[in-house]
Amino acid sequence: MEANKILDAKGLACPMPIVKTKKAMNELESGQVLEIHATDKGAKNDLAAWAKSGGHELISHEVENDVLKFWIKKG
Amino acid sequence: MTVNVMTSKDVTKKVFDKEELFILDVRNESDFQDWKIEGENFDYFNIPYFELLDGVEGIMDKIPSDKEVLVVCAKEGSSIMVAEMLSDEGLTVSYLKGGMKAWSEHLEPVKVGDLKDGGEIYQFVRIGKGCLSYMVVSNGDAAVIDATRMTDIYLEFADSIGAKITHVFDTHLHADHISGGRNIAEKTGATYWLPPKDATEVTFSYQPLEDGNDVEIGNVKINIHALYSPGHTIGSTSFIVDERFLLSGDILFIDSIGRPDLAGLAQDWVGDLRESLYKRYRELSEDLIVLPAHFMIIEELNEDGSVSEKLGTLYAKNHGLNIEDENEFRKLVTENLPPQPNAYQEIRETNMGKLNPDEEKQREMEIGPNRCAVR
Repeated sequence: MEANKILDAKGLACPMPIVKTKKAMNELESGQVLEIHATDKGAKNDLAAWAKSGGHELISHEVENDVLKFWIKKG
Repeated sequence: MTVNVMTSKDVTKKVFDKEELFILDVRNESDFQDWKIEGENFDYFNIPYFELLDGVEGIMDKIPSDKEVLVVCAKEGSSIMVAEMLSDEGLTVSYLKGGMKAWSEHLEPVKVGDLKDGGEIYQFVRIGKGCLSYMVVSNGDAAVIDATRMTDIYLEFADSIGAKITHVFDTHLHADHISGGRNIAEKTGATYWLPPKDATEVTFSYQPLEDGNDVEIGNVKINIHALYSPGHTIGSTSFIVDERFLLSGDILFIDSIGRPDLAGLAQDWVGDLRESLYKRYRELSEDLIVLPAHFMIIEELNEDGSVSEKLGTLYAKNHGLNIEDENEFRKLVTENLPPQPNAYQEIRETNMGKLNPDEEKQREMEIGPNRCAVR
């Protein structure tokens, strides 16, 4: 999937994946896509809920070798 | 202002003592709705930490100034962040060390009775999940019943009272939590007893536990008598300890009864459940103190935090023991059941030895309340 920016949040524990995602998102334009890599299992539910509450769209997610990958489109 | 740390043990004390506490739970809404820290005099406010990244000004009016405040999250990181932000606003608050993960794993030992000739029986209250396990001690020997996977706690406790664990029992094949029984038996050389009808698929060797088996603990000989009482599972077995305590497993609880559906055989097992509760237990002395393998709601805790009641009292008060009509009983335990415990099939397979998940995976499988009962 095409992303405008990739955020490496691997090895970071909650709340850092979301803190960094929020920061990275601020640097994108509406409609652009941020790809996030994380290893904290809690990131899945939290990113989905955060995206929803912030008006963003979680387009896709997958797991690859224990790395959780997310694609979020800025709202 | 400073940020304080509260341990699961500290919070457990507040639950037992019915103290007041204001819990600011910063997990996401669905996690909070599913499972939270329960206390009779606890108040709650739930807002996910990621709503607070820009500041806590918006929630300051939700937080009381006259109560102790505890910030809680899944693992502790986010609760520290939020606690520090509240502290910057001038509040004195605490965060829960280890978060809900630690809360789920905390066991509080409570002595529930003296046995003959200096013997003792302890209940280990897993306050966050409602699981209850037991240690029977006599003259330097100990038996553990329905152990959780936090095996170090039993080993250290036995050590601290100078006892050696010689027998380990599971009343049935558990579906709501991962048993520590086999692990404790391996570490101590104790005998591991399982009801064979629940163990047809297990991948390890065990000592078959049959109706009428008597196991003696210590030189003083505290008797543990097995009583076949199927219904929650086909093998479910109860224990009568020292002719005074009835360890009822997941068959009978204080304010509810077992559910027969966790192996997918509700219709087949409902008759067994009825016979166990309405015939087999009926024949026992009403003076036996019932010690179940779970509690469901915090109101079931006694003053000292233990969970127990006389069998006679349960026959008078527990709704599930007072349904005359068999069809009505059948309906209660097979229809409109609460949701099944999280990952219950995987948990059963782990307890059979078929799956060997790592610790983090085990933790994840056990997340949430246990839901082994029907009211």
